[in-house]
Amino acid sequence: MLPSGADFQQDFFSLFNQPARFQIDATALERSYLALQAQVHPDKFAHLPEAERRLSMQWTTRVNEGYQTLRSPLNRARYLLSLQGVDTQEESNTSMPTDFLMQQMEWREALEEALQGKDLGVLEELEQRVQREVRFLQQQLAVDIDDTRDFTAASGIVRKLKFLEKLAEEIGSAFDELDS
Amino acid sequence: MALLQISEPGLSAEPHQHRLAVGIDLGTTNSLVATVRSGISTVLNDEQGCALLPSVVHYAADGEVLVGQLAQEEQTAYPHNTIVSVKRFMGRGLKDVGDVSNLPYRFVEAPSTSSGQAPGMLQLRTAAGVKSPVEVSAEILRVLRVRAELALGGELVGAVITVPAYFDDAQRQATKDAAKLAGLNVLRLLNEPTAAAIAYGLDNAAEGVYAVYDLGGGTFDISILRLSRGVFEVLATNGDSGLGGDDFDHRIYCRLLEKNGLSALPAPDIRSLLTHARTAKEQLTDHLETRVTAVLSSGEVIDNVLTRAEFHEMSQNLVQRTLQALRKALRDAKLTASEVKGVVMVGGATRMPHIQQAVGDFFGQSPLNNLDPDKVVALGAAIQANVLAGNRSGEDWLLLDVIPLSLGIETMGGLVEKIVPRNSTIPSARAQEFTTYKDGQTAMSIHVVQGERELVSDCRSLAKFELRGIPAMVAGSARIRVTFQIDADGLLSVSAREMASGTEASIVVKPSYGLSDEEITRMLHDSNRHARDDMMARALREQQTEAAQLLEAVDNALQQDGEALLDAAAQARIRGSMDGLHAVIAGSDHQAIKRAVEALNQVTTEFAQKRMDKSVKSALAGHRLSELE
Repeated sequence: MLPSGADFQQDFFSLFNQPARFQIDATALERSYLALQAQVHPDKFAHLPEAERRLSMQWTTRVNEGYQTLRSPLNRARYLLSLQGVDTQEESNTSMPTDFLMQQMEWREALEEALQGKDLGVLEELEQRVQREVRFLQQQLAVDIDDTRDFTAASGIVRKLKFLEKLAEEIGSAFDELDS
Repeated sequence: MALLQISEPGLSAEPHQHRLAVGIDLGTTNSLVATVRSGISTVLNDEQGCALLPSVVHYAADGEVLVGQLAQEEQTAYPHNTIVSVKRFMGRGLKDVGDVSNLPYRFVEAPSTSSGQAPGMLQLRTAAGVKSPVEVSAEILRVLRVRAELALGGELVGAVITVPAYFDDAQRQATKDAAKLAGLNVLRLLNEPTAAAIAYGLDNAAEGVYAVYDLGGGTFDISILRLSRGVFEVLATNGDSGLGGDDFDHRIYCRLLEKNGLSALPAPDIRSLLTHARTAKEQLTDHLETRVTAVLSSGEVIDNVLTRAEFHEMSQNLVQRTLQALRKALRDAKLTASEVKGVVMVGGATRMPHIQQAVGDFFGQSPLNNLDPDKVVALGAAIQANVLAGNRSGEDWLLLDVIPLSLGIETMGGLVEKIVPRNSTIPSARAQEFTTYKDGQTAMSIHVVQGERELVSDCRSLAKFELRGIPAMVAGSARIRVTFQIDADGLLSVSAREMASGTEASIVVKPSYGLSDEEITRMLHDSNRHARDDMMARALREQQTEAAQLLEAVDNALQQDGEALLDAAAQARIRGSMDGLHAVIAGSDHQAIKRAVEALNQVTTEFAQKRMDKSVKSALAGHRLSELE
């Protein structure tokens, strides 16, 4: 059961009082987040009746969800596209450009190699290469969403970033594995 | 308009009366209780002036239960009946404990809570019957509650109980159940390193990124926090809820067995040698060598010299395990060791010189040892309890904590699909849609697990949920939306709704390691020192206190926002409901008060929502309303 208040239905950008753009002011977003938390956090309601405690938990959950959504570039892009009614087709559209797939294969081989050879240097280098590519794609997203409003191209980049996010996770696990 | 007089002599709390609340550090080795007095967090001592209550419970055959020092004195003579370090068993099955041959207990594998599931939480056979770790912990908590009520001269409004940050859902739930059993109202389960950070941060006006390295008797946590203008934000946490000072004792114990060619000792000898091992470990903190002498029940004499170097060498890999967790936490926080401004050391086990050395080397700076590592957690918990109880503290601060382990559900082929990633700020929720795979299917089962691994079998099973009452439809057309909610205590709850028809699906929760409400009730009744009448009287008082607080809160809210946010009819409805509660509050009908409280809660829900909306708007308008009261 969610609260029925008007504010609870509003989108995350309005909730945090930020313009609905891909390029955001991270400091302003954080300031809004903390100001909201200071009002709704369960610690402020622990001594109050059950109805208010429940409401506080629902609000804080929403504020946390909103912050997670807007703070992460990939989540923010997905969210902006969904507000535009655009389906990013992350499950259905599996056709990726050949050069991107080739690069993925090369990076996955490097990951295997680092794991086999227990080579931290290879892993660190791979991590940096992936991060560079992620930053490059995010710049593209900013252009596609905020400037040219080419949502089809933006959806393509979201699908690529999803691949890279998965790869980054696997690199993280590989660091843990080499460490143990 | 006349406001209702809500104050009943001797019943309702005075508007600005200090509410008695405590912080409790329920430790593996020792437990403490602290409270805020005159604005200062203070540990409460027992009558002998001791702050630390050894977390040891002795069950005598005549039904007597000893806790603390007195219990500790019985541990060698009655190892089966004297439970030490029970925290290690909280929310754990027998298979989690590992090698039980070096533990002097008679374990009982509890029956599983549902068919086809792993056995439930382990139990211990004592002279006073089979005991769950929850019951044993409740004995410790009860002693601390009584200590606090005597010292503070009244019943407690509630307590903040600390848990290791890396405790999973089952361990947290077990802790909360133990507190309930001990007659405590749990205001919050607070992570131990976070509690320490509050105590340290407020004391030192700290700003920047801090690490809290917390090595207790049986658990290890590392938390990375950012402290900034009154905000305590946990960035990442990691640890090992099965690694602590006890494991260092155990290394010495094994070395003693080895040196003397011993194996399969009787229980009293195991307990005696473990105690000697702990003493030797403590000796080696200040001395380069120590001598262990003991006489076994067979008459055999143990007489060995241990050097610090030898001890460090045999326990080095335990230290390495803590550093591994540290590296993971830093990676999750996307920080390097050099970006950490200070390292707060918590837990008695951090006194070991090789721990201090390893942590210092890792961060390239000396760890902060200026707070008593045994007390800092309880002190921080007391500060939090004071705020949660509604006592205004001068400075306003905000605590943002995280869940330590990812939450997932079982998918095809025994794989885990993560639904809430680790280090998500809590409270947190995630909704997931499921559908039926057979025509006319009216029930489905969902398996929730916690952990980072890909296979269900490598993660911890939290619960199996059965959704029933799904309307019969063609396969794939039912849309069941399941919401997983993690509350501010880090505990999971689940609700479900069939979207096509709007029916609420009912959920049968079968926690893999938890206790059912019936079991808790049974334990309450089994506890023979809790006469039934006492319990009834206590329940009535609690209900009256809750009612009085509710009346006070609603009255305050009406005074602040009633005119602005509600029309006359809505105000009259609330006032009518307040009258209803007022009419029964002083009586002895527990149920009548409860019903009236529920009615008032119901009728004020919309008002509370409007107040929340207003307060959210004000947060962004850049000016702050006075706190919601």
